[in-house]
Amino acid sequence: MRILFAIFTIISVMALAFWAYRENYRTQAELSEMRELQAEIGQLNESLAVLRAEWAYLNRPDRLRELADINFARLGLLPLDPRQFGRVADVGYPAPDLPPITKPVDTVATQDLTQ
Amino acid sequence: MTRTPLRPLARILAARAKGENPDAIERENIRLRHEQMRDKARMRAESRLLILSVAFVMGFGLVGARMASLAASEPSEPQVASHGAGIVAQRADIVDRRGRILATNLLTHSLYAQPPLMVDPQRAAHELAAIFPDLDEDRLLKDFTGKRKFLWIKRRISPEQMQAVHEIGEPGLLFGPREMRLYPNGPLAAHVLGGAGFGREGVRAAEIVGRAGVEKTFDAWLRDPANAGKPLQLSLDLTVQATVEEVLDAGMKLMNAKGATAILMDAHNGEIVAMASLPDFDPNDRPSPPVSGDPSDSPLFNRAVQGLYELGSTFKLFAIAQAVDMGLVNPDTMIDTKGPLVWGRFKIRDFHNYGPQLSVTDVLVKSSNIGTARIALQIGAVKQQEFLRALGMFDPTPVELVEAPGAKPLRPEKWPEITTMTVSYGHGIAASPLHLAAAYASLVNGGTRITPTLLRRDHVEPGPRIISERTSAILRDMLRQVVARGTASFGDVPGYSVGGKTGTADKPLRTGKGYAKDKVIATFASVFPTTDPKYVLVVSLDEPVETSGAEPRRTAGWTAVPVAAEIIRRTAPLLGLRPELEPVADAGVIRVRN
Repeated sequence: MRILFAIFTIISVMALAFWAYRENYRTQAELSEMRELQAEIGQLNESLAVLRAEWAYLNRPDRLRELADINFARLGLLPLDPRQFGRVADVGYPAPDLPPITKPVDTVATQDLTQ
Repeated sequence: MTRTPLRPLARILAARAKGENPDAIERENIRLRHEQMRDKARMRAESRLLILSVAFVMGFGLVGARMASLAASEPSEPQVASHGAGIVAQRADIVDRRGRILATNLLTHSLYAQPPLMVDPQRAAHELAAIFPDLDEDRLLKDFTGKRKFLWIKRRISPEQMQAVHEIGEPGLLFGPREMRLYPNGPLAAHVLGGAGFGREGVRAAEIVGRAGVEKTFDAWLRDPANAGKPLQLSLDLTVQATVEEVLDAGMKLMNAKGATAILMDAHNGEIVAMASLPDFDPNDRPSPPVSGDPSDSPLFNRAVQGLYELGSTFKLFAIAQAVDMGLVNPDTMIDTKGPLVWGRFKIRDFHNYGPQLSVTDVLVKSSNIGTARIALQIGAVKQQEFLRALGMFDPTPVELVEAPGAKPLRPEKWPEITTMTVSYGHGIAASPLHLAAAYASLVNGGTRITPTLLRRDHVEPGPRIISERTSAILRDMLRQVVARGTASFGDVPGYSVGGKTGTADKPLRTGKGYAKDKVIATFASVFPTTDPKYVLVVSLDEPVETSGAEPRRTAGWTAVPVAAEIIRRTAPLLGLRPELEPVADAGVIRVRN
């Protein structure tokens, strides 16, 4: 009995040691992956900043105005004007669908047989 | 410890006398002693076991508690702090009220040389001069072959230039990272943003410091890493600002003015939605301040904040507001306007002769100097100064620009009655257009003082009350009439019920004595819509001349007002204001019969 217990203890210690060893290496792998990800995030942030700056530069009002002028023949864009405000009532909404029939009325089609 | 003898003599002798075996006594005593020793050893062993078990329980308890806490806590990255700092940009962005970028950072590179590492200085100098035409080849060669160990060649170079320098293949030419401040919208809102430049420089990095405007005011905030890259949100609206600048620029050219400024301000919380000053500059390439000549002619000069001008008749509203609020007059009180008004050796005239008397409303509508002067006399000098001070006309504006505290309004030292009269129609006191905008906003928004600000605010407590709500409504009605039938008739924008007051002031001569004959500052301070005041717009043109008529016209009604009207027509829809039919004053149901 005692020998069995000792063998069991030794095996469980070995198993735990193996498990701890693997956990340790997994943690280190995760850490190095995290460092890589951090570096990647940093680079992506940098390029995001560049893209944002470029977006802002391409959308600067001067350029948009020029583009609108150049493409006037195609797009016909004009500055916003007070007359362009509309009323909701003026919008031609499609007629609402007919409501579903909830209370069917019994009707019987009759044919005039006398004719 | 006293040692009890194993064979106490008294008992041995007694036992011998009785004929007993004295050895029994010795055995008995040995037994007792052994029992004592056994008990002691057991006690000690038990206490040791107890201590040991407590130690084990504590040890395992500690391990268990740590495991429990690890199991219960959120998983986190153990090294995030050391890496996170590098990600956040060096200087925070500046965005407009809707989050569009006004200023951001861009990573570029700087180019420097270490001559001791150079292989072929001659070729390097030659190639560099070919890439950068502004560099002098001979000078470079002298630097490269001289004693210098280190020299900057270019502070900022583009990626294409960097590649070209790479292709020279010279190991002595090195690059360092440089963050540069970028204003993607170019000269838009240049005076508000100011500009930035490099402070202390190293090879690996250079600090960016604000040079003017909000960049300088909020320099510490923008550089504070504690904000974690949170942008600085201004109250400006990019679209509105661009429109205002476009219209103002066109108006300035049309009216042959040499400078112009416009301020569009929320009448209720003092947020400046647009602020333009022309001529302007590109903050990406901020020019150096002029060393000679009038600083106000430099494009760096922010006319809206730094420009102190006698703003002329726009001040008339203050005298009338005060008189109405004090109950001295009501809009229909008749005021003597017979001219000229002689006061000592001064004569006050009107632009035209407006007849013997005008109602208070008409004094404002027709802009009568004499009428306003008479109203100001009723108010008195002390109360007038109190009122102007309450409106903020005596102190620099508290707006968040480094330039603002320097613009303290110019006012007369002494305040005799003639000053009371001239100040009432805007002469003898010089303030910035921003002062005017803030004062108009305070008067028309219901009568509470506002503080002009460039920062987006969610909620602002109303300031101290200056005039009653009723007076404010009367003033709005008067301002509306100025546009509807007075000096600012070009300012009418259908649907937006514009109200405002014109002001044309002669420019003081450079010498400081007297006024120029044909140089004016034309100002139009307006509010729209008067039925429910939302925004205040101040437009000021420097030396405008309108030449479409037979003779040149310089009054604000012909110059500043049409520009302001166009700004309102273009910006009001952008601000989300829907044009509305104006309620007609005396519209009512009339009984008709046919």
